[in-house]
Amino acid sequence: MNGVFYISAAIGLVSALLAITGTNPMHALVNLVVVFLAISSVLWTIGAPFAAALQILIYAGAIAVLFVFAVMMLNLGEETIRREREWLSGSVWILPIAIAIVLAVQFVAAFTRQAGMANLVGPKAVGISMFATYVIAVELASLLLVAGLIGAFHFAEVLRRKETEDD
Amino acid sequence: MIFAGLLFTIGAIGVIVRRDLVFMLISVELMLSAAGLAIAVGGSKWSQPDGQVFLIMIFVAAATGVAVGISLLLAVYQDRKNVDADELSLMREREPIE
Amino acid sequence: MSVVLWIVVIAPFVGALVLLVVGAYVPKKTAGAIGCASVGISWLAAMIAAFDFLQKMPPDGFKTTLYAWMNVGGLNPSIALHFDALSLVMMLVITFVGFAIHLYASQSMYDEDGYSRFFGYMNLFVGSMLTLVLADNLLLLYLGWEGVGLCSYLLIGFWYKDAANGKAAQKAFIVTRVGDTALAIALFWLFALFGTLDIQTILASAPTRLVAGGAAATWIACLVIGGAVGKSAQVPLQTWLPDAMAGPTPVSALIHAATMVTAGVYLIARLDTLFTLAPAAMFAVAIIGTVTLFYSGFSALVQRDIKRVLAYSTISQIGYMFLALGVGAWTAAIFHFFTHAFFKALLFLSAGVVIDAQHHEHDIFKMGGLKRALPVAYWTFLTGAASLSALPLVTAGFYSKDAIIWAAYSSPLGTPWFWGAALVSTFITAAYSFRVLYLVFHGEQKTEVSKHPGVLMNLALVVLAFFSITAGFIGMPESLFRFDPFGNFLQTAFDTIPAAQTHASHAAEVGLLTASSALGILGVFTAFSYSRRGRYAWIVDRSQFAKAVHCFFFSGWGFDWLYDLLFVRPYKALAYWNRADFIDNFFTGLAGLAKLGNSVFSAMQTGRIRNYAASMVLGAAILTTIVILRIKL
Repeated sequence: MNGVFYISAAIGLVSALLAITGTNPMHALVNLVVVFLAISSVLWTIGAPFAAALQILIYAGAIAVLFVFAVMMLNLGEETIRREREWLSGSVWILPIAIAIVLAVQFVAAFTRQAGMANLVGPKAVGISMFATYVIAVELASLLLVAGLIGAFHFAEVLRRKETEDD
Repeated sequence: MIFAGLLFTIGAIGVIVRRDLVFMLISVELMLSAAGLAIAVGGSKWSQPDGQVFLIMIFVAAATGVAVGISLLLAVYQDRKNVDADELSLMREREPIE
Repeated sequence: MSVVLWIVVIAPFVGALVLLVVGAYVPKKTAGAIGCASVGISWLAAMIAAFDFLQKMPPDGFKTTLYAWMNVGGLNPSIALHFDALSLVMMLVITFVGFAIHLYASQSMYDEDGYSRFFGYMNLFVGSMLTLVLADNLLLLYLGWEGVGLCSYLLIGFWYKDAANGKAAQKAFIVTRVGDTALAIALFWLFALFGTLDIQTILASAPTRLVAGGAAATWIACLVIGGAVGKSAQVPLQTWLPDAMAGPTPVSALIHAATMVTAGVYLIARLDTLFTLAPAAMFAVAIIGTVTLFYSGFSALVQRDIKRVLAYSTISQIGYMFLALGVGAWTAAIFHFFTHAFFKALLFLSAGVVIDAQHHEHDIFKMGGLKRALPVAYWTFLTGAASLSALPLVTAGFYSKDAIIWAAYSSPLGTPWFWGAALVSTFITAAYSFRVLYLVFHGEQKTEVSKHPGVLMNLALVVLAFFSITAGFIGMPESLFRFDPFGNFLQTAFDTIPAAQTHASHAAEVGLLTASSALGILGVFTAFSYSRRGRYAWIVDRSQFAKAVHCFFFSGWGFDWLYDLLFVRPYKALAYWNRADFIDNFFTGLAGLAKLGNSVFSAMQTGRIRNYAASMVLGAAILTTIVILRIKL
């Protein structure tokens, strides 16, 4: 189990780095999907299979696909790649890398003491917990989804109206 | 946990550094996902399903965020024909005081 | 009697308050009436109080308290008045001469702007001066002292639209301030030694507390002298008085001739016990008086401005008073003050008539032949000049000045330098005063008369002239008539001190009287002969040395130049060097710091999401660092 964890962790980190430093948005998105998959496998190794499945379903399946569609619609071409290369030159990285080092060190320092993993928590237990103890949270989540739906719809309306105006 | 933390850091860096809105959104997703992972790990440590429940909540939040974010992105693109985050500032030039 | 006494002091203050608050809104005649009436009421009350006192003659004087002023750390002064012979004399002079001058001013200043302001300030001055001379404790005296200094400043700079007047007022104030500081230090010291500032208490306990001739007594006395020298325009703080002539003539008459400048004399006379305990200080007083009277006589001899001549003359006469104080002739000093107030105010007022008549011209070489045009002014000026020169037997000045010369000769504290200088100065005094008389009133008329004096002005002049002649008759010397009610009365105020032991004969006194009379008359003739044929100007033109001496005397023996070199220029250089004032910089630095903060914080408001996100992450990093470190610790 540990081996699987370390491999997927490594893949995830590398992919994440590639994702944020890439110049082509499509490449970045693909890397992002890889990161999601890595996270999913990590979740599996710590004994949360339900979570792992959900991660693939929702993140990699819905969210990443949405991103892909959006980027396709934006039609960012060659010039984007050039522009990105311009913007991502040297001095931009200095402060962020400094902060990153600080945070990384902290995380490592904070969590090296805590070891131990792996107690399996199956979907049944999750389901019971969710609908018994946290039912209110579930309702609120659905409310949030509705709100997001309305918001997205509103923006689409604006866009559509703009398109008709331009014609 | 370290993994989650590092992913989170990388996502944060991505948000700061990238000027393109698309990439910023991608980095934000990264951060959210990493945070979710951290929660799930926490829950599993004590063999409680609570962690996973919250992970699902985070999924919900992330999905909503992405939906609205993409809409905004497209609106901005329609309006200005570019996705530069630095252009999205309505503040005037700084005037020095006497 | 206490109510009447308080009316004396308070009436002018009430008048000042009314005039300064509502004076601009009442017609001029009303303002003038209020101004004169308040001083008139004060004078009447003073006469009543004086009669009452003369009948009762309480041995230790009369004290009346209004209320306790404050009670701080053992200092417990009260607003109280002390009334004895000395303050009676001062009070009568101030109110009477003040009233006469107010009457004069109500006509002479009528065409001026700020008429009510003028009378407000004058009333304030009279009130402060009365407070000064009637005060029972040194703190109240100092209040009056500062009050008269303030009024002097306000009135010298009365025509404030001309910057030169403002500078003269500033000079007066600053130079007297030097003296005031010395006086304040003396007050501090006295309080530290005696625990009270009550004058009678201090004087009574002084012989026991202070060692006669000791360091403390001498130093305190010297500090008091410092204050007196500043206010009374003696060497070395006399430079302000000639420039103070920039003020209106009634101001010069009241403040800078008759009353304020004599405050120093009063102060020393009041603290007589203190001074007798410090013989070195008394000697210093006498030296200062002698030097001053000698020096200013020469300066007065060559001045062109009629008021400057009178200013130097005032300095000189107060020098006489100081000399008298210094040799222990307290009553002689106050007697000379008494007569001097009359004839000096008279001289100033008639000079004012002349100046007004000559289109505000001050230069005596541009005047002439006014004897026929302004007869009242001529005869009164003649009376005043005669009294000033101490012409024998008929003038008041004769009796008072000779009392001083006699005291300088006969007192154990006198030296031949003192009375010798005083005698020579008699000659010079006669010379300069009759020089002015000749140049202004005799000869050909050069300028037409523009304004004749009014009724009130003439009245004031005549009254003062009358007193310039008769005021001396109450203080006759021993060898002539032995009629000295004034001196005997005044001595009651100084009775804690044994009267000066005279060790000279009557013959010597007669001899001195003759000498001074002769010198006076000689001075008159010298003035006439030199001015008539222009001999003086001829001498000055011929000789370089004479011209240099002339310039030296004209500039007041170079004191202004000296002070400019020693004090004014270094101070201005220092102020210029410090023009980016380091104390100011501290405060502007605070403002600069705020501006810096502004620029820093406004630079942080870029409106860009990335920058805000960066700051959020940075903040998170810092917070987690803190938390982590805490855990580790």
